[in-house]
Amino acid sequence: MSKNWRQGEQYVWASATIVTVTLLMAVVLIAVVLFNGLGYFWPSSLVRVRLTDGTVLLGEENRREEGVAGGAGNLQLKVGNRDLYGQDFRWVKGGEIATRETPTGVVRLEREEHGNFFGTLESLALPGLPGAHGESDSLWERFRRALEEVRAQKETLDEAREALGDLGGEMESLQQELRALAYGSGGAASVADSPAVRALVARRAALQARFEKENTALAESVAGLNANTARFRDAGGKEKDIPLAVIVRAVRPNDMSLLAKIGFYISKIGELLFDEPRESNTEGGLFPAIFGTVMMVVLMSMFSLPLGVVAAIYLREYAKEGFLVRLVRIAVYNLAGVPSIVFGVFGLGFFIYGVGGAMDQFFFPERLPTPTFGTGGIFWASLTLALLTVPVVIVSTEEGLSAIPRGLREASQALGATRFQTLVRVVLPMAVPGILTGFILAMARAAGEVAPLMITGVVKLAPSLPIDGTFPFVHLERKFMHLGFHIYDVGFQSPNVEAAKPMVYITTMVLVLLVLCLSLTAIILRNKMRKRFQTSTF
Amino acid sequence: MSATEKPESLQLEKPIAETYILPVEDPILRIEDLSLYYGETQALKGISVNIPRKLVTAFIGPSGCGKSTLLRCLNRLNDLVDNVRIEGRIHLDDMEINDSQLDVIELRRRVGMVFQSYNPFPKSIYENVIYGLRIAGVRARSELDETVESSLKGAALWDEVKDRLNQSALGLSGGQMQRLCIARAIAVNPEIILMDEPCSALDPIATSRIEDLIDQLKEQYTVVIVTHNMQQAARVSDHTAFLYLGQLVEFNRTDIIFTQPERQQTQDYVTGRFG
Repeated sequence: MSKNWRQGEQYVWASATIVTVTLLMAVVLIAVVLFNGLGYFWPSSLVRVRLTDGTVLLGEENRREEGVAGGAGNLQLKVGNRDLYGQDFRWVKGGEIATRETPTGVVRLEREEHGNFFGTLESLALPGLPGAHGESDSLWERFRRALEEVRAQKETLDEAREALGDLGGEMESLQQELRALAYGSGGAASVADSPAVRALVARRAALQARFEKENTALAESVAGLNANTARFRDAGGKEKDIPLAVIVRAVRPNDMSLLAKIGFYISKIGELLFDEPRESNTEGGLFPAIFGTVMMVVLMSMFSLPLGVVAAIYLREYAKEGFLVRLVRIAVYNLAGVPSIVFGVFGLGFFIYGVGGAMDQFFFPERLPTPTFGTGGIFWASLTLALLTVPVVIVSTEEGLSAIPRGLREASQALGATRFQTLVRVVLPMAVPGILTGFILAMARAAGEVAPLMITGVVKLAPSLPIDGTFPFVHLERKFMHLGFHIYDVGFQSPNVEAAKPMVYITTMVLVLLVLCLSLTAIILRNKMRKRFQTSTF
Repeated sequence: MSATEKPESLQLEKPIAETYILPVEDPILRIEDLSLYYGETQALKGISVNIPRKLVTAFIGPSGCGKSTLLRCLNRLNDLVDNVRIEGRIHLDDMEINDSQLDVIELRRRVGMVFQSYNPFPKSIYENVIYGLRIAGVRARSELDETVESSLKGAALWDEVKDRLNQSALGLSGGQMQRLCIARAIAVNPEIILMDEPCSALDPIATSRIEDLIDQLKEQYTVVIVTHNMQQAARVSDHTAFLYLGQLVEFNRTDIIFTQPERQQTQDYVTGRFG
């Protein structure tokens, strides 16, 4: 014992304990996120609870509270049907429950608004779908078929809506051209009826007429589609006609086989990764947020990596070591510790109002006072984050450069290589692992940063992605969605916090996985490089 | 070496008054009154010596005597060190090495170097050998292939690596790596090869192979070797220079230095009374 003490065993144990605690914290974090996030998509059984006062409730068991001193515990049911009762969740006291069963045939609907609906299918009214009637089949089968048909029709309507949107965009750009002409003339009256202006005005009028005609046609089709409804009855006996067009998913969880449940689960994951959010972000997918996050990180890397590497090369290879270089180095190290919101404010003041405002003056004066680059956007957010992460890249690149043996530089120069040739052919390739390490850290930090983004261009719901099919395809001035901000928004700004909770966990999980994927790619690349440069001594 | 063991003749603070420098006919390098300062410290003190052509010259002396520094003056590698000031002249035939206007790249092509720790680049064996040609802008594949073969043969490495030229040079053994570094140096076809303790990191077998190689190299090149191993100097060199405390004490034919040196300090050093 005392011998171990004298040898310093206790310090080894203490440090091992601390490592264990740290590891445990990380594991618990991941486990909580995974458990709460992954479980949400599994179609749990619907229970029907009859209370002692005669009320009947139907819903998913959400949470249980153990009773005090052996008393029956409380049960929280997700009863859905927010449009009927105004709340999604209902606490039931254990003592109040008279009977509890899992009935077959009950339906769980996911809708485009008002959350889930739980109830039973009563009848169908399908004026717009004569083909869907087949008397021999069960009501449920006919409902499923009608749903599919409505969905197909909805897709064609969506295409029409998109075409209409393009038309709107065309009108908008005509408007811009007109404004540019007016601006170019300095508002002279003679321009107002110049042939160019008249041609534009005529084109705009034609477009306007077409737009209105198509819009009316679209509205009619939508109304026709919405006339197809299904009548449901909820647990309390209330009846509700729901248009098939607003139903996203309809399943009978108590009648599903395991395989069907797995299929449902996979389709939910697919929706999560590839669809737009619904219901003020608490339902549906994360695609715009994932896309925004990845694009922002890529843009950020495109600025911060070259900037950081070149700065580090100058500091380490060319600058003469002295007071000034030491000062610069200290400043760079300290820059890494500046709170990110400060960078955000700088981004807003310098990039958005300064640079962006000047760009608007020079390139888009006809659109003023509506700002183009003079407002938050993915470009400015990426630049701000690049500034935030440059110190990390500089520090690790410098370390990578200084770790390269002097002998190799001398060998290269002794063979007649210039300093620059030595740098490019010997030093830089060997410093790549170090540079990548900094890059990984920078990426992880940038992907998780929210505060500076909130004032430089992140929004709750972006109407369009920063990359799309309209010229010039990459729209750097657009606002974007971000997973980190999504967590904040869904979790703390949502009107229905209880219903949004699973989405917070899922978004967290996706963000963590995304960072992991990005880092893993860089780590694999780094290890490949490292293996290439490993020196076997003796 | 500790101060108490120093024979009286070597405890010199003031410049060594008596030196013996053998005159050399038709030297390739003429070093005249060369002094070098690291900041305020003087590391070389007025060295003048002529290096004979196509022979092996060894610099010996205790650690810190300036023999490596002197060697690195011969290809201006001290330029890479901050705060170095060099006085005096070195002529490589008609080229003035210490001229600030000198094209250092050109000089280093004429004066190759092999270092103490073998330092192949983390590239393939092939790329290592042709590094000097690549940075000189040679592209022709046939020329590169030819150079690789002739250089590796010149460094007695061809038979061992000819089947794995495209594998990483870092997979070779220490002795092979050092011979690869020699091949890399002779690939640019220099006139002089400088060797800074080329065998100090190698085992005796690898050392003897390098020594055999040095013997062959002098048919084509002038070799200047720094070593603190006196047996090695005796085995491989034709001329030997003994440096002490930044000064050249004696320069003579190797057999004379080791058997009947002109100076007492040299005698003490080569007989192992100190160092």
